[in-house]
Amino acid sequence: MIKQTHHGRNMQAMDLDLSPRPGEKRVLLEHLHVPQIQQLSVYESKGGYSALKKIFAEHWSTDKVIDEVKTSNLRGRGGAGFPTGLKWNFVPKDTNKPHYLLCNADESEPGTFKDRVILEHLPHMMIEGMIIGSYAIKAAKSYVYIRGEYTYCTDVVERAIEEAYRAGYLGKNILGSGFSHDMYVHRGAGAYICGEETGLISSLEGKKGWPKLKPPFPAVEGYLGCPTVVNNVESLASVPWIINHSSQAWSKIGTDKSTGTKLWSVSGDVARPGVYEIELGAPFQTLLDCCGGMRDGRQLKAVIPGGSSAPILTAKESMEMTLDYESIASKGSMLGSGGMIVLDETRDLVQVLKNLSEFYHDESCGQCTPCREGTGWIEKILHSFTERQARAEDLELLKKTSQNMIGRTICVLADSIAMPAISYIEKFPEEFEAYLKSSDQGRAHHG
Amino acid sequence: MQDSAIRENENQKEGLVEFSSAAKKQFEEFLTRYDSKRSALLPVLHLAQEEFGFLSTKVIEYVARLMDLTPAQVQEVVSFYHMYHKHPVGENHLQFCMTLSCWMAGSHQLFKNTCSRLGIKAGEVTPDGKFSVQRVECLGSCGSAPVVQINETFYENLSPEKLTRLINSCKEGDPKKP
Repeated sequence: MIKQTHHGRNMQAMDLDLSPRPGEKRVLLEHLHVPQIQQLSVYESKGGYSALKKIFAEHWSTDKVIDEVKTSNLRGRGGAGFPTGLKWNFVPKDTNKPHYLLCNADESEPGTFKDRVILEHLPHMMIEGMIIGSYAIKAAKSYVYIRGEYTYCTDVVERAIEEAYRAGYLGKNILGSGFSHDMYVHRGAGAYICGEETGLISSLEGKKGWPKLKPPFPAVEGYLGCPTVVNNVESLASVPWIINHSSQAWSKIGTDKSTGTKLWSVSGDVARPGVYEIELGAPFQTLLDCCGGMRDGRQLKAVIPGGSSAPILTAKESMEMTLDYESIASKGSMLGSGGMIVLDETRDLVQVLKNLSEFYHDESCGQCTPCREGTGWIEKILHSFTERQARAEDLELLKKTSQNMIGRTICVLADSIAMPAISYIEKFPEEFEAYLKSSDQGRAHHG
Repeated sequence: MQDSAIRENENQKEGLVEFSSAAKKQFEEFLTRYDSKRSALLPVLHLAQEEFGFLSTKVIEYVARLMDLTPAQVQEVVSFYHMYHKHPVGENHLQFCMTLSCWMAGSHQLFKNTCSRLGIKAGEVTPDGKFSVQRVECLGSCGSAPVVQINETFYENLSPEKLTRLINSCKEGDPKKP
């Protein structure tokens, strides 16, 4: 048996400059720059756990907590944008089954690395949000489902949970409130699909991460068939601020429909990739400026705004959009996870799409035929383009294949490559046509 | 016969697969975290992989017995998640992120160069047992791309030169952030 070399596991956080930039509005990340903020005592010195104390000191009912979060109109930050308070409200009030809260820290959407910043530096903010959420939905247990590769995050969060137990924020009769709660970390093992909430539940049940058909929704029948809420890291980390400052204060930030701030993780062809907290509704240019503009003074060609599942936007559309759910949707894409990938004039978008198709084909769980087969077809057709073997009709075939995948599967993994594929073809047809023109069609063959 | 197959065979012949007492204690602790025994399967498989290096058929049968599951139920989970190794990996298991942001930062070239330098393909182990390589999907290091994960540690913002230095330090048995 081979013993693996020890690489000083868990010694380092993300190798990225996280200092604040002009144009940011740091609400969740207000204390990110404070040394050792991941430690309980430092977090407490910056007002940490005051939201939890407030709820218990002022004897808030569970309904009051849910109402406060509902009124804030906080929307889920994992990708779907579903209002967090509404999700909590769906948990039945009259069951005798145990309830569970699951924190989705399976961050795997290409382009997304914003939860990592919270996990690595602000674990207590997430934990405080989880305790408040668990109180609201009457959950006796919660789990942080962390993707298996995030070993450093896992250790930071496990240490933070231990600290919270020692301080009496977890365990029996928390702060004398009568509410008891246990929290655990659960490590994934490398599967994108486990970030889908029902796939995550299957995985937590010790099975393949196969998504489940809805309804029943997890809030009614989730983990082990019991009422379960799955919330993203950033959503839960927003809760303490909302309780401390009120839902009105939160909804004063951002736009009417997109309240608060959003963490954006930006990568690709910008001068300074990173994680930036921006008020919702700010112009795209604000974020681009935080990133120091384009790398090497090149021109912007396209933007994938909300993780690789988001349809692509042209430079013009990007410059016109503001960074909120509605504006990005009006351009035919989505805010998603806030995992933005910026592409400059030198990028070949057929190659970009092919790279993404390999990802989705690899990560399809194989349960539904349109996804299992469709992702493979998309990859093969794009391969025929890049190998200059595509036939004239293959562009139409690519479009039709994509259209036949949308809305026909249990989860949205199929849509997550099909919708982008259509957007790349519609917005950048000349790039596909250039491949067709140079295609060696005479010897074209398909296998 | 391939190296990995030989090793797996030896493992099988020994026939003795059992957790150390420390691992047994950890196993018992895992079970207390969940309201169903099966829920502990992923952490128990991580533990088994740490303990035995990879998840051979024998190990899968052992885990199945511990978890009151059939070997097939454990096998289907092992084969679903890419972090579980069905074959031995090198002392330094190099995992190259191939997804968009890393790809844009040249990860495919890093992977190709590393393979030819080490004389192995994906899934193979160098004859001295020191290295193996694997392509993986997005690791969440898009802003610090390209990233190579070695065993459980991320090495980010790599250049060809930095990766060479990193691999050299691994060869010397003292991995260092380049």
